[in-house]
Amino acid sequence: MADLSANQSTSRGLSLPRINSRAVVMTLYLLFLLLPIYWLLNMSLKTNTEILNEFTLWPRNLTFANYATILTDPAWYMGYVNSLIYVVMNTVISLAVALPAAYAFSRYHFMGDKHLFFWLLTNRMAPPAVFALPFFQLYSSVGLFDTHIAVALAHCLFNVPLAVWILEGFMRGVPKEIDETAYIDGYSFGSFFVKIFTPLIASGIGVAAFFCFMFSWVELLLSRTLTTVDAKPIAAIMTRTQGASGIDWGVLAAAGILTIVPGALVIYFVRNYIAKGFALGRV
Amino acid sequence: MEKTVNQKAWFLVLPVLLLVAFSAVIPLMTVVNYSVQDTFGNNQFFWAGLEWFKEMLESERMWDALGRQLMFSGIILAIEIPLGIFVALNMPKGGFWASLCLVLMSLPLLIPWNVVGTIWQIFGRVDIGLLGYTLDALGVNYNYTQDTVAAWITIVVMDVWHWTSLVALLAYAGLKSIPDAYYQAAKIDQASRWKVFRFIELPKMMGVLMIAILLRFMDSFMIYTEPFVVTGGGPGNATTLLSIDLVKMALGQFDLGPAAAFSLMYFLVILLISWVFYTVMVNLDKREG
Repeated sequence: MADLSANQSTSRGLSLPRINSRAVVMTLYLLFLLLPIYWLLNMSLKTNTEILNEFTLWPRNLTFANYATILTDPAWYMGYVNSLIYVVMNTVISLAVALPAAYAFSRYHFMGDKHLFFWLLTNRMAPPAVFALPFFQLYSSVGLFDTHIAVALAHCLFNVPLAVWILEGFMRGVPKEIDETAYIDGYSFGSFFVKIFTPLIASGIGVAAFFCFMFSWVELLLSRTLTTVDAKPIAAIMTRTQGASGIDWGVLAAAGILTIVPGALVIYFVRNYIAKGFALGRV
Repeated sequence: MEKTVNQKAWFLVLPVLLLVAFSAVIPLMTVVNYSVQDTFGNNQFFWAGLEWFKEMLESERMWDALGRQLMFSGIILAIEIPLGIFVALNMPKGGFWASLCLVLMSLPLLIPWNVVGTIWQIFGRVDIGLLGYTLDALGVNYNYTQDTVAAWITIVVMDVWHWTSLVALLAYAGLKSIPDAYYQAAKIDQASRWKVFRFIELPKMMGVLMIAILLRFMDSFMIYTEPFVVTGGGPGNATTLLSIDLVKMALGQFDLGPAAAFSLMYFLVILLISWVFYTVMVNLDKREG
């Protein structure tokens, strides 16, 4: 009996501030997520002397010198430009080929459709490590090594399947009657697709574009393997902050923070689609 | 939705087919080519048959890497899935706070993978990192470059930090699709919180959870950049996972034959899991449709 009443009292004790327990869990979790990012931001605003000699929870001598270094030195900022170029190329290519294919998968049965759909999935799941060496040789032999288009094409390996799956997920939500009505009204396939269908799945295209952009932006292994100088992405340049006087921590941190910016800028608009995008248009 | 049979749809798929064939089939054929040949340099190749496959199957190196890989994937799944569900259950139901949580939780998902590695490499350092410094100040002997256990804890915590939000977001999406009527019925039956979870929320979440589990297994199975940046596979080979070992072999030592055989076997495993994933997806689509 004593045990039972003790149990009851503790459970009442726990349930009393019930509204807050959710908030506590979420706060702790978000704290866990944000602390490492905060630490990087903190470091990026310090001088190297402060980073190495004092342990401070926030910058005592606030400095933007690290960011200035990156934004004024072509060796640094060209990394961002290179990354942006191949990422945008990849997004455009992926969407251009994925749109008609996703439409076909969402509307029609054709010979081998299921096998093809599955085969696309296996490419999304393929480990980049398996493809690093063959890509290196393939693009070297056709003279595309160290160009933006090489990285853009290599990233199509996982982004085209991703775009097809995501777009198919959105397209299946559009009733087929709309297509049929349009055809009866005399629209050709092309004009129907551009004028009627594309606006209907605009949000799906946005989500697919965002995920192509993101996955191309975060990938390092292939982009690093396929480039040396002219198309070197920022992620690969970052690993070379080691100078004669040791690692330049402040600049490294600032470079890291700057790579988070593109994602952070658009995150609000895609917040409700993050799960859907990662789950390949399902959910 | 009823689909009509239309073979002309092939023309719509053709661009994708050509592009992916260029970026996937040709490279894969190169791998197959290397896996059955041997070379003494000078671009002269000799037929080696299945020798490399035999050698790789007998090499301890690959089995060790596979063991470490399975252990890694197992540990992170065991932490991320329950934690993700727990976080999803505690998400605000809607409004401003839900949006804020969604935005903040998505942040780690959108950070380039090597920056994730860099963040944790710095965070865990005893001299300049918050985590390492704090642990050191508390008297814990923590050094992820020297100590195997510390290295493992670091990469596991890093992965949990990186990807738990994905599980939580998926589970949250599953939870939101449960109609209110279910909860009202449970309330009338005076079901306990646990029973509500066990008999309403969990079954309704099962589909998305399967996706979450498979996605996390898959992506953790080919993880490369993050642990490579933090530990470089060390100390020793303690955190050399499959992809790290493969890149070391193929691009570091240029052992083309063994690396290619390794790649193909790696790819076969992925193919198998992809098939499970596909089956789950198709069943999920059917249930919805």
